Amino acid sequence: MKTNWKQITFLAAAIGFGACMFAANADATDWGKYQVGEHRSGYTYMTDESRAMQNDNFQNPGMLWVEQGAELWAKVDGKAGKSCASCHGESGDSMKGVAARYPVYDQNLGKLQDLEQQINYCLETRMETKPYKWESDEMLSMTTFVSYQSLGMPVNVKVDGPAAAAFEKGKAFYYERRGQLDMACKHCHEDNAGGIIRANTLTQGQGNGFPTYRLKWQKVGSLQRRFRGCNNEVRAKPYPYGSEEYTNLELYVKWRGQGLPIEAPSVRN
Amino acid sequence: MANNVKPRVRVQKTATKGEVVEIKTLISHNMESGRRKGKDGKLVPRSIINKFTVTFNGKPVFSSDWAPSISANPYMSFFAKVNESGEFAFKWMDDDGSVYDSTAKITVA
Amino acid sequence: MSTKQALSALTRREALLLAAGATMVVAGGVVLKSGTAHADTKMVDDAIMKLIGAKKPVEGKITFDLPQIAENGNTVPVGVTVESPMTADNYVKSVHLFADGNPAPEVASLHFTPLSGKASAATRMRLAKTQNIVAVAEMSDGSVFRAQQEVKVTIGGCGG
Repeated sequence: MKTNWKQITFLAAAIGFGACMFAANADATDWGKYQVGEHRSGYTYMTDESRAMQNDNFQNPGMLWVEQGAELWAKVDGKAGKSCASCHGESGDSMKGVAARYPVYDQNLGKLQDLEQQINYCLETRMETKPYKWESDEMLSMTTFVSYQSLGMPVNVKVDGPAAAAFEKGKAFYYERRGQLDMACKHCHEDNAGGIIRANTLTQGQGNGFPTYRLKWQKVGSLQRRFRGCNNEVRAKPYPYGSEEYTNLELYVKWRGQGLPIEAPSVRN
Repeated sequence: MANNVKPRVRVQKTATKGEVVEIKTLISHNMESGRRKGKDGKLVPRSIINKFTVTFNGKPVFSSDWAPSISANPYMSFFAKVNESGEFAFKWMDDDGSVYDSTAKITVA
Repeated sequence: MSTKQALSALTRREALLLAAGATMVVAGGVVLKSGTAHADTKMVDDAIMKLIGAKKPVEGKITFDLPQIAENGNTVPVGVTVESPMTADNYVKSVHLFADGNPAPEVASLHFTPLSGKASAATRMRLAKTQNIVAVAEMSDGSVFRAQQEVKVTIGGCGG
């Protein structure tokens, strides 16, 4: 029988491609607290240099937002003559665990509230001042400062009871194809986590590191900014910041990383 | 955060005489390179911190000139030999003439 | 998840998309290579000449702390250390850092004194593409050392 070299070469190339594409899946590294069951923090996909930048408080540029947030926390503003500290205490200790359990369903408002929305609720109704713009320095400083209080605490969002409807909607969004590329969140982050897209490693798309200092952005950004970026990438029209769609998705994405430590401000590429 | 520039400095509190200590600094700044186009399609003018200096009890320890190739929110770590108790003074010079500063004390035991 | 499962989970369309992505990675590699070849070393040499005049730099004494592959070109950690006793009559005066593939080659100049104790510093820089980082160290006795190291800068797939 004549050997079909062409076919063999093709097969070898195909196997090589497959092995390269999914090489990271065979990773047997013990990631410690950064892995819970099948859930792996984005931390485990970064390079050593980026991890070192996150680990050291004085190299981590996200800490600049934490410090600015601490100042805002104590700043009196608005008609009520209050600061965050007036109700919640000087140190921010009372915020311990908040980032781990948000977004939460608010019985009084009858809706799901994420951290940004809750901060603006306080600003408007308790302090009687203007809300922060989404993704403004003020908002990012405050969310980063509040999230930092939960550093290391496991993500523990409530998805049953009154939150169940929002959770189911978020889940449906995650699996729904969208945009000109006709892709759902799951195609990159569930089916191909650990694979390579151009020169980037796809992660599981976990939410535990947000707000994150993204090397590409050269600043801190919210989970919803990342959603908008992803939706743009698949050539879909992104939803507005704070939209119901993205807030539901925030809850679902946080749940996918249930048990992973809060890493805010993490460092990601 | 160019309108709210804040330095962060870490120096250990105590040292032995003659010890070489590592110092880490971070400052919030966009480091606008002058090569990026804004939303209107026009070049955003250059606006960076171009110099960083460190003295100890008034004597120069370390300094650095920065080009637009330095990343946003500049980080710099370096070393200092500490022979006596005293104070480090850090200064960052902005293109717009602003000077941001910070100090840190160290005690030689 | 095993490779087999992952692949079977893909539709034909997705497989094509991923294959296209892989081709782009390969193509990207080629572009990066040619980019390195075109890197403007003359601009760096001119900048060095301006600093040290006609002196001939010698290889050695300088160690870099650089990633082989930068995760993102916007924020690349760089450290440099020069061997020296750092005494009053024998110390490193300055280390100049250049990136030969950036629009302008200058990155930073580090100025040391005997009070520095150690001629070592670290910062973070922007790299436009794969290129060489060049360090030129001027010693207190007038001698000059030079070193260079390549950093690969990958093109990300997730603009986001």
